[in-house]
Amino acid sequence: MAERKMLLDSTLDSVEVAETAVLGAAREIGFHEDDLHQLGMAVRESMVNAVVHGNRYNARKKVHLSVTKAPDRLIIVIADEGDGFDVNKVPDPLAENNLLRQSGRGLLLIRAFVDEFQVLPGQPRGTEVRMVKYLAKAS
Amino acid sequence: MSVKMSSRQVGDVTVVDAAGRITLGEGASVFRDMIRDLAAKGDKKILVNLSDVSYIDSSGIGEMVSSFTTVTNHGGQLKLLGLTKRVKDLLQITKLYTVFDVFEDEPSAIRSFA
Repeated sequence: MAERKMLLDSTLDSVEVAETAVLGAAREIGFHEDDLHQLGMAVRESMVNAVVHGNRYNARKKVHLSVTKAPDRLIIVIADEGDGFDVNKVPDPLAENNLLRQSGRGLLLIRAFVDEFQVLPGQPRGTEVRMVKYLAKAS
Repeated sequence: MSVKMSSRQVGDVTVVDAAGRITLGEGASVFRDMIRDLAAKGDKKILVNLSDVSYIDSSGIGEMVSSFTTVTNHGGQLKLLGLTKRVKDLLQITKLYTVFDVFEDEPSAIRSFA
């Protein structure tokens, strides 16, 4: 499996850089347009979480991106250097009382658009998200 | 490309034509400012045409929800027109189809405000 690692600044420009890198790798192993769109959105939401909520735009903190190409899947790991968070304490954006909240839908969209999604404590700190999209399940 | 927005009047309905990407940063803030300005100047019937919007992220969805609340709090109505399949999918995943009135064609949307 071929892995590419990138160290990115905590800026919104890095969101575009990460999306471009992941979509390039996804095209190489044959993902089609709808799946590329879903992958791009999952990466965008994860990167925004890392830059905005994790590292809080701190110029001294980096976002770690890893993209691994396998014949049947793409594995993406995005880690920040923030304070971490408890994914179980994120309000359910589908609850009736939360439908009109302005924010809080990023994790929901990521889960909808990849086949596997894990949120793990970062090492030594921060948050690491691991996403897998399978080619075989591509539409 | 970020979002480009313009407005036009069809009877007493303000139609807002959006094109491009509504994402965190400039796109979402342009959308927010446009709708807030219309609500502040008293427009009560606002139809947002999203047929040329290619991409909306969770921040863009958040601004749409916030705009809906702003217009409603001003005693008005905000409805959506011309969603692409991808935007429809987003509204279904987020259950916002239950919040927004969504129309396929402009004449039906305009009539619905009567």
